[in-house]
Amino acid sequence: VVSAFVLALTALGLSLVFGVMRIVNVAHGEFFMLGAVLAWACASVVAHPLAGFAAALVVAPLLVGAVALAADRLILRRLDYHPEGTIVATIGLLYILQQAVLTLYGPDARPVASPFYFTVAFPWFGYSGYKLLVGLFSATLLAGAWLVLTRTRLGLYMRAAQQDLEMAQAFGVPARRVYAAVFALGAMLAALAGVLVVPIEQAHYLMGLDPLLLSFIVVVLGGLGNLRGTLLAAFLVGISDGVVSVFFSPTLAKIVATLLVAAVLVVKPSGLFAQERS
Amino acid sequence: VTVRAPGKSLALHLAVLGMLFVIQFVLPAYHHTNVARILVLAAYALGYNVLLGYTGLMSLGHAMFFAAGMYGAGLPVYYLGLAGAGAMALGIIAGVALAFLFGLVALRTSGVSFLIVSLMVAQALYLASLHFNEITLGDQGFIVSLGLTEAAKYNAALALFAAALLACLALRLSPVGRVLVAIRENEERTRLLGYDSFRYRLLSLVVSGGIAAAAGAAYTLLFSYAGSTFASILFSIYPLLWTLLGGVGTLLGPLVGTGLMFYLVDYASSLTSAYLLLVGIALVVLVLWFPQGILGTMRARWLPWLP
Repeated sequence: VVSAFVLALTALGLSLVFGVMRIVNVAHGEFFMLGAVLAWACASVVAHPLAGFAAALVVAPLLVGAVALAADRLILRRLDYHPEGTIVATIGLLYILQQAVLTLYGPDARPVASPFYFTVAFPWFGYSGYKLLVGLFSATLLAGAWLVLTRTRLGLYMRAAQQDLEMAQAFGVPARRVYAAVFALGAMLAALAGVLVVPIEQAHYLMGLDPLLLSFIVVVLGGLGNLRGTLLAAFLVGISDGVVSVFFSPTLAKIVATLLVAAVLVVKPSGLFAQERS
Repeated sequence: VTVRAPGKSLALHLAVLGMLFVIQFVLPAYHHTNVARILVLAAYALGYNVLLGYTGLMSLGHAMFFAAGMYGAGLPVYYLGLAGAGAMALGIIAGVALAFLFGLVALRTSGVSFLIVSLMVAQALYLASLHFNEITLGDQGFIVSLGLTEAAKYNAALALFAAALLACLALRLSPVGRVLVAIRENEERTRLLGYDSFRYRLLSLVVSGGIAAAAGAAYTLLFSYAGSTFASILFSIYPLLWTLLGGVGTLLGPLVGTGLMFYLVDYASSLTSAYLLLVGIALVVLVLWFPQGILGTMRARWLPWLP
């Protein structure tokens, strides 16, 4: 269940970027990986596990957000967010980030100590306190993202830019700044997910690929470009045990899931949770 | 865009092929092997270019066709001791069949959706090659040896490349090739002119996948190895990179791009284990500053007749 929340966070970042900017960010998994590696870095600088964890929760999203802003400014904006061009560019970005981490951090998988150890004892089973915290924290973030999207001016801008960019610009939506903000926000969500996952899994420079593919699955199920649908799907897929067991089960289940998603994309490109656009 | 001066371009391509034949007698052993590999991989990129350069469909799953050729040819040799030519034919058949079936389903989408579908299906098949590792031996792969001499390998690789190049040239100059380019430029209008664009796109996917599979089969038969690595995402990205570097939609671009990138990666991997950094930088630089690639830029500036 915990990894489900983490997946929901990662996928939400990807679907935000796809929904608003209409681009597929292949480097999204690397933002997740960067978050995890930065969490390890914080833990090795700050001695106390809890303080290190808290530092990572602040440092990782900020640094990764800065990387994303730079990528948006230097690469994506110059391409004018051309769909296929940005895919090629973000594949390039994937390798640049991944190999930079390989150079600076090395090829080993490194563990990070859990910030605290206690077990919440339910009447019928015990549950790790950290995992419970991750669940709560992710749920809060997801709810927060939903609120930002539906209740704030930035969310309004995002939805306007998604529905009709030209019309939105005509009404004074600062599209470039919204795009930059969305791209950074998406990356920060992935980085937070990386920080949260690293006491459970280990930090490794190749760890970005699995969350990337899983996020693709979520975004496709939710409907390409359907913002509310993808948010809903990220949440539903994230908390449904079925898909999570796919994440950790043998290869065969992954094969079936991947083919299913391809089939959804072909047969029902608007996604499983398609709904009327308001 | 019509091809100007077909005689001139035919002469150029024959000259390039002639030069590739001659240099095998002067190349040192190390580069002799490398160029043979480059020729096979360039044939793979040529196949990729049929789909991207002519029809305008970007795929991120071509490794599945390469791997289909690889296993289609390699497994019968490994288990049944089949001879080279038969294995080659089986490899191509496997790739063509896969491309046809994949195209029937996936070509209902286009653009970014097609790209993701190709990525997903290729990933599923890559995982399948790991899952059925009693047969494919997974990551570890298996070795097939036909006992060919170095010269035979080189000339077989050259023959494959020449066949792929001339097939692409013929396709490009034919009416069918012009319809494909028309689909790339404006699919809607091409359909309104009465062409069944689905069938043309399917044809180009089958040709593209078939050439990629031929390259995969040749790679296994000539260099004696087949393994899951060649079905992974990286081997779908490589032909994209090679084609972009050389020039999308040019005929000799894939050869130039493959050769250049092969030696760059070869050199970089002798310096650092993070040599894929080069792949990333190359992709970003190309898409930002040289979207037409080397030969595409040359064609735009100096050589408008280049096919």
